[in-house]
Amino acid sequence: MSPSYNNNSIFAPWNDPKEKPLIEFKNVTKNFGSFTAIDNQSINIYEREFFSILGPSGCGKTTMMRMLGGFEIPTEGDILLDGQSITNIPPHKRPVNMMFQSYALFPHMNVEKNIAFGLKQEGMPKDQINDRVEEMINLVQLQQFAKRKPSQLSGGQRQRVALARSLAKKPKLLLLDEPLGALDKKLREETQFELMNIQESLGMTFVIVTHDQEEAMTVSSRIAVMDHGKIIQVESPADIYEKPNSRYIADFLGDVNIFEGKVASANDDAIQLEWAEGQEKLQMEASQPAKIGDSNWLAVRPEKISISKEKPIDADNILKGKIWDIGYTGNISVYHVQLPNGMTIKAQEVNRRRLANRELTWEDDVWISWRKTAGTHLVK
Amino acid sequence: MNKLSRFNITSLTLGFAFLYLPILLLILFSFNASKLVTVWGGFSTKWYVSLFQNEAFMDAAWVTIRVAAISATAATILGCFGAIVMVRGGKFYGRTLFSGMIYAPLVMPEVITGLSLLLLFVALNFDRGITTIILAHITFGMCYAAVVISSRLSTMDQSLEEAAMDLGCTPFKAFIKITAPVIAPAMVSAWLLAFTLSLDDLVIASFTSGPGATTLPMKIYSSVRLGVTPEINALSTLLIATITLGVITASWANKRAEANRIKDEQLAFAND
Amino acid sequence: MQSSKSLKEWIVIAIPYLWLLALFLIPFIIVFKMSLSDYVVARPPYTPTINLAEGWQSIKDAFAAFDFENYVFLSEDDLYIKSYLNSLKIASISTFLTLLIGYPIAYGIARANSSLRSLLLMLVILPFWTSFLIRVYAWIGILKNEGLLNLLFLKLGITDAPIQMINTDFAVYVGIVYSYLPFMILPLYASLEKLDGSLIEAATDLGSTPTKAFWQITFPLSMPGIVAGCFLVFIPAVGEFVIPDLLGSNSTLMIGKTLWTEFFSNRDWTVASAVAVILLLFLIVPIVLFQKHQEREGANL
Repeated sequence: MSPSYNNNSIFAPWNDPKEKPLIEFKNVTKNFGSFTAIDNQSINIYEREFFSILGPSGCGKTTMMRMLGGFEIPTEGDILLDGQSITNIPPHKRPVNMMFQSYALFPHMNVEKNIAFGLKQEGMPKDQINDRVEEMINLVQLQQFAKRKPSQLSGGQRQRVALARSLAKKPKLLLLDEPLGALDKKLREETQFELMNIQESLGMTFVIVTHDQEEAMTVSSRIAVMDHGKIIQVESPADIYEKPNSRYIADFLGDVNIFEGKVASANDDAIQLEWAEGQEKLQMEASQPAKIGDSNWLAVRPEKISISKEKPIDADNILKGKIWDIGYTGNISVYHVQLPNGMTIKAQEVNRRRLANRELTWEDDVWISWRKTAGTHLVK
Repeated sequence: MNKLSRFNITSLTLGFAFLYLPILLLILFSFNASKLVTVWGGFSTKWYVSLFQNEAFMDAAWVTIRVAAISATAATILGCFGAIVMVRGGKFYGRTLFSGMIYAPLVMPEVITGLSLLLLFVALNFDRGITTIILAHITFGMCYAAVVISSRLSTMDQSLEEAAMDLGCTPFKAFIKITAPVIAPAMVSAWLLAFTLSLDDLVIASFTSGPGATTLPMKIYSSVRLGVTPEINALSTLLIATITLGVITASWANKRAEANRIKDEQLAFAND
Repeated sequence: MQSSKSLKEWIVIAIPYLWLLALFLIPFIIVFKMSLSDYVVARPPYTPTINLAEGWQSIKDAFAAFDFENYVFLSEDDLYIKSYLNSLKIASISTFLTLLIGYPIAYGIARANSSLRSLLLMLVILPFWTSFLIRVYAWIGILKNEGLLNLLFLKLGITDAPIQMINTDFAVYVGIVYSYLPFMILPLYASLEKLDGSLIEAATDLGSTPTKAFWQITFPLSMPGIVAGCFLVFIPAVGEFVIPDLLGSNSTLMIGKTLWTEFFSNRDWTVASAVAVILLLFLIVPIVLFQKHQEREGANL
């Protein structure tokens, strides 16, 4: 999605120690009275990233963004932009712009005047302002609505005006607070791709705050998942989904089955998990060294689990169970399989056949299976 | 909504008759040629003529209008500050006292407010007159203004101001360019309210005025104590007519704004 | 906003704050001080006077001279006690009457269709904007012995001699109810208008008669409006001066009028101040209750 993808070299400046970050949070803490919104956090954000901060409401993600915008001042720690501290610089002096969740369009100004507002503040000559406004209006395709007031626009159009207004000053960093939260599902999906195209074509750095994981997965170069004022994990969408570092992340992003057990054997990168009496040990690859007897977990995504009437021969982990429930959502079906010990496992199958031809049904005895590379070994 | 029952119609008719008959009778008898209030002596506008020739009334009216205009303007400005402190002030030492001082004058008996202000002016050796009436009216007017403006300010999306600052405005500029236009209608209502309250006040003005400063309500009160006169009826009619016109204009403007809003919404809906 | 404020923010706070301190709070302290002073025939008519030029000694002397003589005087003369009690009585009864008259009107407005409703609401608000004094004055012409109401009674043969209505407690009740009716109707309307019509339908569906449904559903749910309306009428009615003065008799004792007389006719500022302090003490309970009620209702919105 970023330009570098096109050159076949993967865009991952965070893996390159020579890259200088655009934004650095250094041991930032923010307290509101006795409540700690952000608890001693440090992250780096690089130029041209589309960086998402994802988490449930109240996790501190909005506070992170408002500190970047200058609307909150950290209680402790420092925030750097291009190596310069911006911690105490007020919002109107920062080369950072924000698109607000409520859009915050000025109700008494039309679309053009809203977009021109920031340019006027910096004293840009009039003809240049006109050119820039026109450029922005074209970018978000609002040509025929330029003279309308915000109250005369639909939700999707308001969102575009808000985007154009925050882009107009060509900031080094654009902050987007739940930018698509007010749109319906279909419009939201379309707009996600538009946002990505705009970010790519302007070569800007975007930081987006969202509670919608699909949105974060679609648009981001990296995702930071937050909970209770702490960043739990920062990774690219694929890595955070496939290699969660904790049960919290595994559970937060998408659906997951988690087996708890004791490490029965651990050699090199293979671990066997003793998880239930009378059941075979589960095989997995070690994400980190483990000691025999430790409490560890295995996380397996439903789509990685196969379900069949015949016992499979080549899988590493095979369990027997009974179909307890089927969740049908059209393109896929989720089978809830009950194991002899009472645990319910979710297995997901793509519906390649029509419903009438489905061979699995309620109360069927089935086998579920997955390879040892399909699961993730977790220690917390 | 449901159809009105016979009970509803009866209570509304009687209720509004009770509210409006006294005023209508007052207006009717201002056009009575006879000096006797209860005897209809034919239609005449002579009481209006004699009212306009009565210099004491005209002077009082002029004093009242000046007092009301000045105090309403100052009250709106101070009330605006008060509203900002209440809505945006956050926590500060003495906040509870502040909101208490904003709300208390709204329910305080006028005799107490009047007495206390008078004693203040006496203690300061301040010459009583138009200035002291204005100071008193600003004080209670600003409390009403603060309440009216703060109710608008508290429903305003605070990110509007943040957006303006984000786009390069200092906090002060953001207030002038964004907040002020948004709360302007509330400021107009606040001004009208403060103006009317000042126009209407008898008790506080009586306490705080000095020799030479007689407001219209004070003049009316002293005449009424001497008995009902057709001139007062004529004056009342003029006041009622002015205020009715003002209220009807305001509500018409409101209705039009509302109609525009609905039209905008339909336009926005059509875009989807 | 941050809890640590810049100088500019403090200035914004200071302007209205200092104004209200100077012209609202400090005057009260002066009233209290005055109520502890003694009346003398002089100008100004009280003692002690604090002369700051004489410094600390003057202030100390003044404090030494303060006493509760005026309060003792108030408690000994039953004129004042009667005034207080009568004010509370008149305010309570007229609040109840205002509720009785205002409720059916508010109920009718709430049930009207939306275009009629906004017209009726404007008609309720309109008298609120017109002069209080004029509205009270209008009743003099109606209630006096040769007034319109007596004229009507005589014409209809209900009575053969004018009935004394002006300068009676009856006229005071009429004046208060008439003047404060909009303050009762508006909060009542606000709470009745919020009422979900399907609640009544549900009640009748479950076997309630319309009358029963009103008393079981509508009335209890309009309680916040009733409470707010009653406070809005009761609190100012207790301290009312114009209505008892213009419509009541000399024997209609109300505390606002007593304070006025004490101040303007007797020129006894110290007793007037003591009356004011006691009146404030009477009203502080309903005022605090009212503000608590408003906060609670506001939080529920």
